[in-house]
This record gives sequence, C-alpha cells and structure tokens, in this order.
Amino acid sequence: MFYLDDIGKYVLMLRGVFSRMTKRSVLKDLIFKEIDDLIIGSLGITVFLAFFIGAVVAIQTALNLTSPLIPKNLIAFASRQSVILEFAPTFISVIMAGKVGSFITSSIGTMRVTEQIDALEVMGINSLNYLVFPKIIAMLTYPFVIAIAMFMGILGAYVAGVYGGFVSSTEFLSGLREEFIPYHLVYAFIKTCFFAFLLATIPSFHGYYMKGGALEVGKASTTAFVWTTVVIIISNYIITQLLLS
Amino acid sequence: MIEVFDLHKGFNGEEILKGITTNFERGKTNLIIGTSGSGKTVFLKCMLGLFKPEKGRICYDGEAYSEMEEEEQRSLREKMGMVFQGSALFDSMTVEENVMFPIRMFTRQGKEEMLEKANEAISRVNLENANKKLPSEISGGMQKRVAIARAIVTRPKYLFCDEPNSGLDPKTAMIIDNLIKEITEDYNITTVINTHDMNSVMEIGEKIVFLKNGYLEWEGDKTQIFKTDNEAVTEFVYSSNLFKKVREAQLKGL
Repeated sequence: MFYLDDIGKYVLMLRGVFSRMTKRSVLKDLIFKEIDDLIIGSLGITVFLAFFIGAVVAIQTALNLTSPLIPKNLIAFASRQSVILEFAPTFISVIMAGKVGSFITSSIGTMRVTEQIDALEVMGINSLNYLVFPKIIAMLTYPFVIAIAMFMGILGAYVAGVYGGFVSSTEFLSGLREEFIPYHLVYAFIKTCFFAFLLATIPSFHGYYMKGGALEVGKASTTAFVWTTVVIIISNYIITQLLLS
Repeated sequence: MIEVFDLHKGFNGEEILKGITTNFERGKTNLIIGTSGSGKTVFLKCMLGLFKPEKGRICYDGEAYSEMEEEEQRSLREKMGMVFQGSALFDSMTVEENVMFPIRMFTRQGKEEMLEKANEAISRVNLENANKKLPSEISGGMQKRVAIARAIVTRPKYLFCDEPNSGLDPKTAMIIDNLIKEITEDYNITTVINTHDMNSVMEIGEKIVFLKNGYLEWEGDKTQIFKTDNEAVTEFVYSSNLFKKVREAQLKGL
C-alpha cells in the first residue's frame, strides 16, 4: 500500500510538472543552468568511466579467447556490443543516478527545508514546473552523454586491445564493423531517453516531498539513488524484452 | 482587511486550529502570538493558502479564498508578500536577483525597469551596498531585510511575516520590527506577523491575537495586553524575568 501511495503521488507530481508553465524567458535560463549542472558537469566522470570500462571489457574478452579457432577480431566485436548495448546506456545511468540523482534530491530537498519552495508557492508560482520541468528538458540532452560514453568505451577497448598486444589494429577495426546492426543503436538510445526521464523525475520526487531537516535531506538522497537504480534496472529488462527479443 | 471565520485545520487526525474567528485590519501591524506549538505557523500558512483548512473561511477584502477559482487564487497570491522565518532567499541568486525575482516572474518589464524597482525596494530596507552579494555572504539581519525587500517589491496588499526577528540581536530585531511597521503604514497594507517576542509586541503590536492550543484565547492591542486578567496571556507576557520584575514594580506602585 505504501508503494502504491508513492506511485500515485509520483504520477500526480508529473501532472503538476506539466501544468501551469513558468514564464518562457525564465524557463530558458533555468534549462541552460540545468544543462550545465546535470549534463556538462557529468561529462568528465562519464568519459573517465567509459574509457576504462571499455578497456577492461576488451582485456577480459581477450583473456577468455583461448581457442586459436576463434578470430581475434571478436575482441572488438564483443567490446562494441557490450559497450553499446549495456555498459554505456545502463551502467553509466546507474552511475548518474548517484551523481545527478543525489544532486537533484539534495538541491530540491534543501529548498524544501529552507522554505524556498514555500516561497515560490506563496508567490503563485507552480514550484513543480519551476523546479522539475527544466531538469526534464535538460536531460533530453543526456543521449549526447551516452553517445560520448559509447565512443570512449570503444576507444578504451581499442587502446587496451591494441597497445596491450591482444589484437592488431586492423583486426580490431574489422571486428568493430562486423555484423553491425544499426537498430542496436536505436534500442540503446530509446532506453537512454527513458532512463534520462527517470533520472530527472525520481530524485526530484524524493527531494520535493521530503520532510524534516538536514539529516532527512541525506536520507532522501540515498533513497532516491536506490529507487532510481532499481527502476532503471527493471525498466532495462522490460525495454530489452520488448525491443530485442 | 483579512477576516477569518471558524477556521479548523488538523494533521494526521490531530486538530491544530480549533475554530479561530478574527480579523486583521489594513494599515495596521497585526500580531499573532502564543507559545511554540500553539498553531501560529499553521494559521499563517492557512492564510497564505499553503495549507487548506478543513473548515471555515478566510476572506481577503470580502472575498473568500476557498470560493475562488484556481486562477483567482493564484492572482490573489501575487498580491501577497511573505517574509519566512529563515528568510527563504534563493541561494544561487544575488540579493538584487532575489528581490527582482517576483517582478521577473509576473511582469513583462525590461531589465532596466525591473532593476530600478528592485533597487527602490532594496534602498527602502536600507541595504544599498549588498546588491551583488549572495545570501550566504550577508548577515542574518541583512537576509531578513532582503526577504522584506523581496516581499514588498511588487507592492503587495497583504504582508505576512513568520517570526521576522528570530535569531537576531535585540537592536537588529527592533530595526526590523520598525521597518515592517513603517512599510505597513507607508504602503497601507494588511500586515500579519507571527511572533513570540514580547519586545515586538510592545514595539509594533497594534492588534494582537493570542493563540493557545489552537484556540483564540485573547485579542486586543499592546496596551490592553498588559492589563488583561486572562491567565494564559499573563503567564505568557510575564514569563521573562524582565517583564516579571516590571509587573512586580507595577503592583507595588513603583
């Protein structure tokens, strides 16, 4: 019953987010600020993580290819598939649930604790639209982050595979092009867009409806991270089942 | 003028406000006093429309809030200014941006015009040198002044203050109290202040409403409060040693 109540509240929150829009000129500034905070601010960690994940995938694939009958270009093929299908969209999104999610929950939660949200409401402003809508729009650029993560993951695999002596550059590049299915990219970006929406809204929900003081802001951030991750993992399974099987 | 009729509000089955009926006049500083937990903040938040009462009516210049359409309620809220207990300034905005915020949200004025109005409000609260500072860079008293400037920048008809001088030293508290009183008179607005500070009561209490356990226990002005026989009010007023000694001196005819 408790979870049903929260789900209902979340749906009502979404209705509030898309009603009574804030003035366009104000929204524009807020959206650019959110893009800076949520997207540009996440590029560094994304590039770093994706590069090393790609590298590790390449090394592990290479070390497991013990049969001489299996061509070496499989290292590139396996790395590409792993990075594009799972590591970039899902793994990076789970990391973002920690980074972006806790930032959103704590910033909105602090506004709740310090009565800034009440101040917005008193002024006759739809605080849900003012606070959450720009985050949703900013997160529309999240696929751009994932595209960079895909590129960096494959680059990491190339560097580890070629410079680690597991595969030649020619073999790697031929493996990278082998049996490439463009629909896999479509699938990856569809789920990325869905995760982006979850990353913007679930932490906002936990921040907006939190009660208490500074300690509760911390608790709300942790809860937001856990629930965003859980929902991302479950929806990843459902989307994969629907789009790939 | 704000009129309140038989106001009831509760949370989780516990009734906090138990049938309050009173009114707050225009051009006067109206004070709501009472001990912590007496329902002052809930009462104020009901008047602001942040809490929906279970029963009763609140009328603003004769119009009941609960009977208004959503759009009318929103436009009424635009006529309200609020000074929160913790100031509630937006952390990421400078003093000037904080004060300009309500004008920016609700008018189509150019930046120059908005800045002019913001600076007028800032100078009204005697804070000219802090325009470009962030709230974290100024003192508590200055933050309260910024909050007042933000509340009055749109020239509201109703000004609400929740413990505006809590956490301030007595001198700054008195300055803030007098500033609110001056603004109330100059702009001829209806001001309602939540406080449990007896200095504020003595300084600016033109109408005082005393709450106890969610009931309206007593109402009057700053001269009547020192003469009343109401036990709860007397206990509240003379709870500080200073006032106790003044009372004893009065009784001894000193």
